[in-house]
Amino acid sequence: MFNRTAIAPLEYTRKLWMRSWVGLTMLFLYAPLIVLMIFSFNDSKRNVVWKGFTLKYYEKALNNDSLVEAMVNSLTIAFFATIISLIIGTLAAVMLWRFRFPFKGLVEGTMSLPIIVPEICLGVAFLIFFAKVDWPTDLPWPLNLSAITIAHITFCFPFVAMVVRARLASFNKEEEEAAKDLGATEWQAFRDVLLPHLKPSLVAGALLAFTLSLDDFVITFFTSGPDTITFPVKVYSMVRFSVTPEVNAASTILIILTVALTFIALKYQGVKGISDAH
Amino acid sequence: MTETKQPIIQIRNVSKRFGKVTAVDNVSLDIRAGEFFVLLGPSGCGKTTLLRMIAGFELPTEGQILIDGQDMSLVPPNKRPVNMVFQSYAVFPHMNVTDNVGYGLRISGVPKNEIRDRVAEALELVKLGGFEDRMPDQMSGGQRQRVALARSLVMRPKVLLLDEPLSALDAKLRAQMQFELADLQDKVGITFVTVTHDQDEALSMASRVAVINKGEVAQLAPPSDLYEYPANRFVADFVGSVNIFEGTLTLDEPDKAAVDCPGLGKVYLNHGVTGPHGANVWIALRPEKIYLHVPGKGKAVRAAAQDAPDGHNLARGTIKGMSYLGDITLYEIQLEGGQIIRVSRPNLSRHDQEDFTWDDKVSMHWRADSPVVLLS
Repeated sequence: MFNRTAIAPLEYTRKLWMRSWVGLTMLFLYAPLIVLMIFSFNDSKRNVVWKGFTLKYYEKALNNDSLVEAMVNSLTIAFFATIISLIIGTLAAVMLWRFRFPFKGLVEGTMSLPIIVPEICLGVAFLIFFAKVDWPTDLPWPLNLSAITIAHITFCFPFVAMVVRARLASFNKEEEEAAKDLGATEWQAFRDVLLPHLKPSLVAGALLAFTLSLDDFVITFFTSGPDTITFPVKVYSMVRFSVTPEVNAASTILIILTVALTFIALKYQGVKGISDAH
Repeated sequence: MTETKQPIIQIRNVSKRFGKVTAVDNVSLDIRAGEFFVLLGPSGCGKTTLLRMIAGFELPTEGQILIDGQDMSLVPPNKRPVNMVFQSYAVFPHMNVTDNVGYGLRISGVPKNEIRDRVAEALELVKLGGFEDRMPDQMSGGQRQRVALARSLVMRPKVLLLDEPLSALDAKLRAQMQFELADLQDKVGITFVTVTHDQDEALSMASRVAVINKGEVAQLAPPSDLYEYPANRFVADFVGSVNIFEGTLTLDEPDKAAVDCPGLGKVYLNHGVTGPHGANVWIALRPEKIYLHVPGKGKAVRAAAQDAPDGHNLARGTIKGMSYLGDITLYEIQLEGGQIIRVSRPNLSRHDQEDFTWDDKVSMHWRADSPVVLLS
């Protein structure tokens, strides 16, 4: 305090108001999640006041067959939706970037429509669509999840396309020409030069698609059959009766799962690569 | 490099149009095996388009390109016996030097140990030994260019195409690379075709230069011919610095000619020009071929201008501008008719630049073999 040195213009971290602002933002973002996690260990059925530490609700959640089934369903849907969204989204982005064709602007606009259209409308649309085409609902697992998966791909792939498109803008076309000049076919040039350049955006796009699919409620609610239930829908039905720590425990597991996944992706790709993708 | 050899590249009546824009307009030229050929021109003249057509990245709208006698019309870039060094170098950023250089061999299925040997050899050639495991982002621009060079040379192409190879390098490195490229070409014996807008580059490296203007070949000649015997005003002006004066041809005999230039005076040449008498022509005079004198100390003038009749190849003016460039000093002199002529003078001794200053009255002369008469 007595030897204060001047604060340089970019030394934000040394300013008190800046530190408090960051602290407040963090609190705003994470306080609800942290409370949720803490109360998953609460030894109280009503889960309103803290009664003591216990792990029994984790046990209960993991022994709740329908909850586990919903979780497995959600992860399966997210897995397939991510893979297929990645393929379709990347192809769409590359097509829009590389080729000139009539009504390109229209195609581009239409493609990002699922991002803009309110989810509830999409949900209703899918409900009507699957009813009209008489989509079978009595297929064996995992085919009984196909309707939900298709719906998820519809709103996930535009996000992948968007991220990949942004990354493509920084691609030096001469690199692809160089590969061809050295004897590469169209496919080899794509595989050896373009794809490695797109890798960070593919990881980012996959993460985006996976999390979007995993926590989607509205569209899933409208497209799930009588026997297919996903995690968010299951939690919703559980909460309708009472908010027990069991819901907290299940949610905590999901949070840890997604955070771990993101962490692995970042680790694998490098944080820089991900941020470069945007 | 004998004339009897079949040219390695034959460009026959090639035109390229992008919509309404004609980038290359009915160009025909032959590139001989083993030569260092330069396409020189201002930006947007179509020289890069021509190079990309040889590589196969653009298809001619009209005409035909033959490489080693074979029509390339239907041959895609990856099947052509040429390799290109791109302006951005286009080194693959996610591969290390070895993988970059070995890429072409790898995808054409060359055995591993042969790849290793050839990559090592190519890296040695471009003086990148010891850089095998470096990633491109750990290298300087000049080093990345060497990677691009090695990556192309390792394929042993019949022709190496270079798109503005030196434009991204700083002045010192550029001068060094000019020598190295010429040296390299000599060593590997591959035909080099380079595109550049830099006349110094063209003059210093090329065995022959095609000057391109608005999609057409303005002149095709060895560098010294291009400079000393430009074919038209565009070439004279684009290659080096020049003074151009319009005049009328008043005398034209096999061993002498004279042009009356209203701005400059009477110009005498010790050779014929075979132009129609009384024709409108242009005189091109290089700044370094003009001698500068202080009037009054005229003995030198008369002595030096002896090869022309009295009153020819002499001019008077006032110094209006000077720029001292170290090795030479450049003067802008206003002639008595009002036009500006540029004269350069080597600083042969340390105080030569002090001989003249602004507003000095000076006289100039030039030898009878210095001016070039241009008919177009």
